[in-house]
Amino acid sequence: MAEKTCELFEAGHRACGGCGAALAARLVTKAAGTDTIVVSSTGCMEVFSTPYPETAWKVPWIHSLFENAAAVASGIEASLKKQGRSEKVVIMAGDGATFDIGMISISGAFERGHDFTYVCYDNEAYMNTGIQRSGATPYDASTTTSPAGSCSMGNKRPKKDMPQILAAHGAPYVATASIAYPADLLQKIERAIKTKGPCYIQLHAPCCTGWGFEGEQTIAVAKLAIETGLWVNYEMVDGKITKVKKVVRKPVEEYLKTQKRFRHLFKPKRQDAEIALIQAIADKNAEKYGIDIKLKKE
Amino acid sequence: MMQMLEGSLAVAEAVKMSRPQVVSAYPITPQTHIVEALAEMVANCELDAEYITVENELSALSACVGASAAGSRTYSATTSQGLMLMAEVVFNAAGMRLPIIMSIANRAMGAPLSIWNDMQDSISLRDAGWLQFYAEDNQEATDLHYLAYKVAEDHTIQLPAFVCFDGFILSHTYEPVDMLTQEEVDRFLPKFTPYQRLDAADPISFGMYATPEYYPEFRYEMDKALRRSRDLIAKAGKEFGTLFGRDYSALVEGYRLDDAETAIVTMGSLGGTVKDAIDEMRAEGKRVGQLKIRVYRPFPAEEIAKILSHVKCVVVLDKNISLGSKGAVGLEVRDALYGSGIPVRNVVLGLGGRDVRKRNIREIVTQTEKGVGELFYGLRTEVL
Repeated sequence: MAEKTCELFEAGHRACGGCGAALAARLVTKAAGTDTIVVSSTGCMEVFSTPYPETAWKVPWIHSLFENAAAVASGIEASLKKQGRSEKVVIMAGDGATFDIGMISISGAFERGHDFTYVCYDNEAYMNTGIQRSGATPYDASTTTSPAGSCSMGNKRPKKDMPQILAAHGAPYVATASIAYPADLLQKIERAIKTKGPCYIQLHAPCCTGWGFEGEQTIAVAKLAIETGLWVNYEMVDGKITKVKKVVRKPVEEYLKTQKRFRHLFKPKRQDAEIALIQAIADKNAEKYGIDIKLKKE
Repeated sequence: MMQMLEGSLAVAEAVKMSRPQVVSAYPITPQTHIVEALAEMVANCELDAEYITVENELSALSACVGASAAGSRTYSATTSQGLMLMAEVVFNAAGMRLPIIMSIANRAMGAPLSIWNDMQDSISLRDAGWLQFYAEDNQEATDLHYLAYKVAEDHTIQLPAFVCFDGFILSHTYEPVDMLTQEEVDRFLPKFTPYQRLDAADPISFGMYATPEYYPEFRYEMDKALRRSRDLIAKAGKEFGTLFGRDYSALVEGYRLDDAETAIVTMGSLGGTVKDAIDEMRAEGKRVGQLKIRVYRPFPAEEIAKILSHVKCVVVLDKNISLGSKGAVGLEVRDALYGSGIPVRNVVLGLGGRDVRKRNIREIVTQTEKGVGELFYGLRTEVL
């Protein structure tokens, strides 16, 4: 991996202390380098990074709308190609913009095969508008539109499998990553940028405000997602999984307990059945991706 | 060179000669022939452009936003439902000051579904900050594309533009059109030099958000640029006239208006029918004239007030209706004539492709002179 020293996402932006998305922007631009054009969708990152007349971006950056980042990127890529220019196009969009409102434009752009890297910074809900559920919100998470209540355990559906959907579009390179593993993330961004065609990276970026934990815990929470098997870091080349991060798995409640969005699973009373269902999701992930490190028995 | 061309194909030829670098469009009746023709030109290397076959109109214009911001001359075309699907991007492209040119083959809005002509689509987006040109015939439909690029891309303007021409009535009609040569177009329309662009060598941020401390000034600057564009249109339109003999310097045009007592105000292809009806009425001694609005945005209120100052009454023919109010053009012509004492009648007609004939125009003039007649003209009362 080429050493990247320059910071292309400046300090002084308006993100919360401990914001996973801000770290995502910093790491992704660092890996992408100066010869990059970044396209953002509407969302937290767009708002905290570009209050006119200030901008945190030291690379050319554009935001148009919530749902059209992939289409805007398509136009940029076509324009650069026509002009014979060398810049790479990197999209940075949230999970709402990716899983939900931008789904059509993403599908169209991937099907057309534009040469860009789409990074979804996944904080698992609409944070900019005040923590509403998206298609990326995990099972049982309490959000403002999937609140836990006397007859609800929060979000009723598991996460949509976007990486698989985009792999099915024929994307040559699809990967998941986490801000808690920056070296791995940097490698994946570099690989995606080098790979011709539309590449997708889904980047786990915890939101301290939306998930309900202290800002200094962001990396610890992100690590626990990996260590419990609720988030799996892997790479897919031409639709086949080629690399998976293996772990010695911890029980899911070690992750769930760190966040207020899952508090209703423990208070006022412990919801064993629900916790078991979430454990089953992690178990299924472990089996599907083969993440478990088998410890030698004495 | 005079050629017998279908409107859509004439427009496609004009677009080709305008040398767009990125074309992004989605098929929709009655615009489809344009984008098919452009695709064929790209396939045969007659047009050196990237052609993005997007999955819907919202993405069609979004791709133009990206391409234009990256520094390319861009083109799209749509109509009706497609235009409304891209409405959010229409406002966005103007706010980002990107000089995208888009042809609108004007068509009615559903429901009920109608593929036929009126102007409800583009007129409904009059407030978006785009220049809006309306063609009376296919000659104008082609020429106005060159003019639109020249004005929109000027560094003092930097706003996108619709070139509107009536769906089917113009888009699917064969007419003799004097097509410029590529050399002639190149002489009039220089290469696109963006004022600013996405460029790694000089990074800037496009499409930032503005707090109340900054937002109104952005809108003011857009309004100012749109108003300023009338001088650019006059200048470029005159240059076009000097070079090729067709002068488009005027935003409005009079026909037998100098001594007219009754003025009929039109936009688009209806102008031709009205001219014929006026000739008939003139032969009978009626002092009737026409005012054609070729540029709807910026709205030429001063020009209208001046050119109509001598008439006794005005009737504005609107192929659109602001439901619950009146025809959009009628409202603004009335505003332009405010204080003049000239009565302005507004007639809504030709909606959803309902044919408008010379005898209809004659009847409307008779009604207007008598001070009678409803807002909606020519309704079939038997189906109400």
